[in-house]
Amino acid sequence: MMEELSNQLLVVTVLAYLAAMIGHAAEYAFGTRSHVGRAALRPEAELAYAGAPATPPAAPVVSPVAAAAGPAAPRDTTGAAWAGRAAVALYAVGVAAHTGTVVTRGLAAGRLTWGNMYEYILTATLIAAVVWAGVLVRRPALRHLGLYVSLVLVVLIGAAGMVAYTPVGPLVPALDSYWFVIHVAAVMISSGIFLVGVVPATMYLLRTGYDNGKRSFPYTLGRRAPAAALLERLTFRMHAFAFPIWTFGALIAGPIWAEASWGRYWGWDPKEVWAFISWVVYAGYLHARATPSVKRTTAMWIAIAGFVTMLMNLFGVNLFFEGLHSYADAG
Amino acid sequence: MTAVDERVEPAPAPPRRPNRLLASLRNGWRQLTSMRTALVLLFLLALAAIPGSLLPQRGVNRENVGEYYAAHPDLAPTLDRLGFFEVYASPWFSAIYLLLFTSLIGCVLPRLAEHVRALRSVPPDAPRNLARLPQHAAPAASDAAPADAAAAIARSLRGFRTRVREHADGSWTVGAEKGYAKETGNLLFHVALLAVLVGVGFGSWYGWHGNRLVVAGADKAFCNTLQQYDESGLGARVQPADLPPFCVQLDTFDATWTEDGQPTSFRADVTVESGGAAEQRSFSVNDPLRLDGASVYLLGNGYAPILRFTDRYGQQLTRVVPFLPTDSLQTAEGVAMFADVNVDPATGRQPADAQWAFEGLYMPTVRSQPPFTSSTYPGERDPAVMLFAYRGDLGLEVGNPASVYQLPRGQIDRGKLKPVGEGRLLRPGEAWQLADGSRIEFAGTRRWITVSVRANPAQSLLLVGSVAGLAGLMLSLAGRRRRVFFRVTPAGPAAAGGPAGVSLIEAGGLPRTDYPGFADEFDRLVAAARAERPE
Repeated sequence: MMEELSNQLLVVTVLAYLAAMIGHAAEYAFGTRSHVGRAALRPEAELAYAGAPATPPAAPVVSPVAAAAGPAAPRDTTGAAWAGRAAVALYAVGVAAHTGTVVTRGLAAGRLTWGNMYEYILTATLIAAVVWAGVLVRRPALRHLGLYVSLVLVVLIGAAGMVAYTPVGPLVPALDSYWFVIHVAAVMISSGIFLVGVVPATMYLLRTGYDNGKRSFPYTLGRRAPAAALLERLTFRMHAFAFPIWTFGALIAGPIWAEASWGRYWGWDPKEVWAFISWVVYAGYLHARATPSVKRTTAMWIAIAGFVTMLMNLFGVNLFFEGLHSYADAG
Repeated sequence: MTAVDERVEPAPAPPRRPNRLLASLRNGWRQLTSMRTALVLLFLLALAAIPGSLLPQRGVNRENVGEYYAAHPDLAPTLDRLGFFEVYASPWFSAIYLLLFTSLIGCVLPRLAEHVRALRSVPPDAPRNLARLPQHAAPAASDAAPADAAAAIARSLRGFRTRVREHADGSWTVGAEKGYAKETGNLLFHVALLAVLVGVGFGSWYGWHGNRLVVAGADKAFCNTLQQYDESGLGARVQPADLPPFCVQLDTFDATWTEDGQPTSFRADVTVESGGAAEQRSFSVNDPLRLDGASVYLLGNGYAPILRFTDRYGQQLTRVVPFLPTDSLQTAEGVAMFADVNVDPATGRQPADAQWAFEGLYMPTVRSQPPFTSSTYPGERDPAVMLFAYRGDLGLEVGNPASVYQLPRGQIDRGKLKPVGEGRLLRPGEAWQLADGSRIEFAGTRRWITVSVRANPAQSLLLVGSVAGLAGLMLSLAGRRRRVFFRVTPAGPAAAGGPAGVSLIEAGGLPRTDYPGFADEFDRLVAAARAERPE
């Protein structure tokens, strides 16, 4: 009963994110120049965001929808802006349905929802979706990036539902440990943040490309992206926040559990290999960003490479390799 | 390896006659310890780790390497020579991480010295023009004398290292700095990485492991000696005699399953004997048996059918044969061979085709109808074994290496060992009367488990190292180095003979690392400094 509800909510989730994506895309495609023009006319607002501390200095934001137009600017009533606001509302519906999917799934199974690959992806993407919602509340100026966030969510959740779906079942004994909660929660939270972190990283590359005069296809998407400095800082913050959690989850809690469960703290299991690779690549990003002589775009490419390794670990390793982490019954 | 935020290049040394060898060594060292090289090495490390997940690894699964050899006979030997089946022990992988760690040492040591100097030095004096700093607060009047105001400012800067200086022109300055923990954390992180590397190396020297299958029962106990393991590995500095003496006997093994056969719990009860004292212990998956000097981990489990062979002369031979599971419902395959049977008690000779072997399929819960090919539940609700008999010469005395889990295929191919009749399904207590007067009886089952016995004396060092590394990492990512300066000058009226004790306070701030919130903190600090009353 709960399981069916969860499966139905999954469909609602994907549809809501999909609709949000279409809304964002409509805003992109049909938006008038006014949006860009206005942004260009008030660089001080963008700078205030770029230099913003933990709390926005402007009037407290009530809701992303209301704040999307910005406190100083007149309320934008063009169709495109409405599409953007509708997209944010649909995104909120998606997050609610997504939360419902995970909660009902947990109720159906009577345990935490990361016992197999399907549940893992569902929960990790929920964390990503909530992180993005939090970013949106604090920095409404980033609304445009919602197109890419909802795209990533639709693809990941759709893939989870289609290739990784597993009926509700109890935990296998190998997962029956409190390290299960600690290790998987830490890995999932950091994966969720890394997964969202790729969006500002990509937009930074598009935006700097556009700013440098590139007018070919992917760079035209950067036209409406927020200021490069803001994107850069957001990317760094997300990665700097997720990296220690990943270190703890994958390289400390994981080995502690592996020692108790399999007798060795590290054994180069495919999942371990890719967790290590992701760690090394993200460490490379943090180093590259801290080095003045390395170009910021290079650092961003490293962050995107990190995202690719995360995807490899999430899907590739579970589906293509045989290993000790094969709890996913996808096939 | 993180870049120093404001590295001041040392002044060029006075020209000396260059020693070319020394110069090139120095250059090479600088190249190696440069950030760019470290980034390239990090990238190479990530890249070099990939083949280890794509190709089978000896350290992970030896059998898979054999299968790969069989599937790619042309490619495998070349890959093997290049170390692709032992990527993480290969010269090229080792070269990358050793170079990386050398680069790390070369970067961390000078920074450590620099940081120690910074920790021991006092904050620098205020620059002449505070207005040029990223943050600046214009002079504002205070009703305290410059000396008192400066002391009060220094007091207000909690958590900062401060230095109050008096100048010849009557002005006072306060230099303050905070956030040394960032660099401390950074260095701690990198030193901890070195400790982890040392721990890994130490563990591979002094660690050891042995794997084996243990059947329940006092007659099947094992002791911790190398000969008793099916597979084992000793670190370079471990001798077989170093293994701690203890013996383990499996008493019972309990497993529970859901109705559709998913396991929910495993528990093994054992008797451990060491130093003459026997002790009842139990362990399970995720909860290993911690003994003095080693831990015992539960890896797998299964059933061992008890097969009792009675030959045509009435001699009985009983074998407890571990069958290896082939699916999650514990359908298991195994082989029982009876070579020393049907020996004529009168002559002491064995006829040519007197040996027997049985290939079997064990099902803890057999189907109610044929075909009896797989189990329907992993618990023993209706156990049965399907046996296929072979008669003839097993070929064991020739000295062929024989697996206890497989029939001697060569003998079958040569026609020396022939299958006899159809397979027969036996339930516990049932027997199968064979053509030559022998009989085979299925007498029940015992449980077996596979265990890994392991010791790694470096594990606590690894744990301490990685936790210290994490603490350092968080300090270095969250920390912010910044300086603030205050200049207190006697205000105009004092200089003009007006009321004494009125001064002007100007402030400047310099974030030394990326710190978006510095402007706010600076404003707060300046407000607090102005509010602080002189004592």
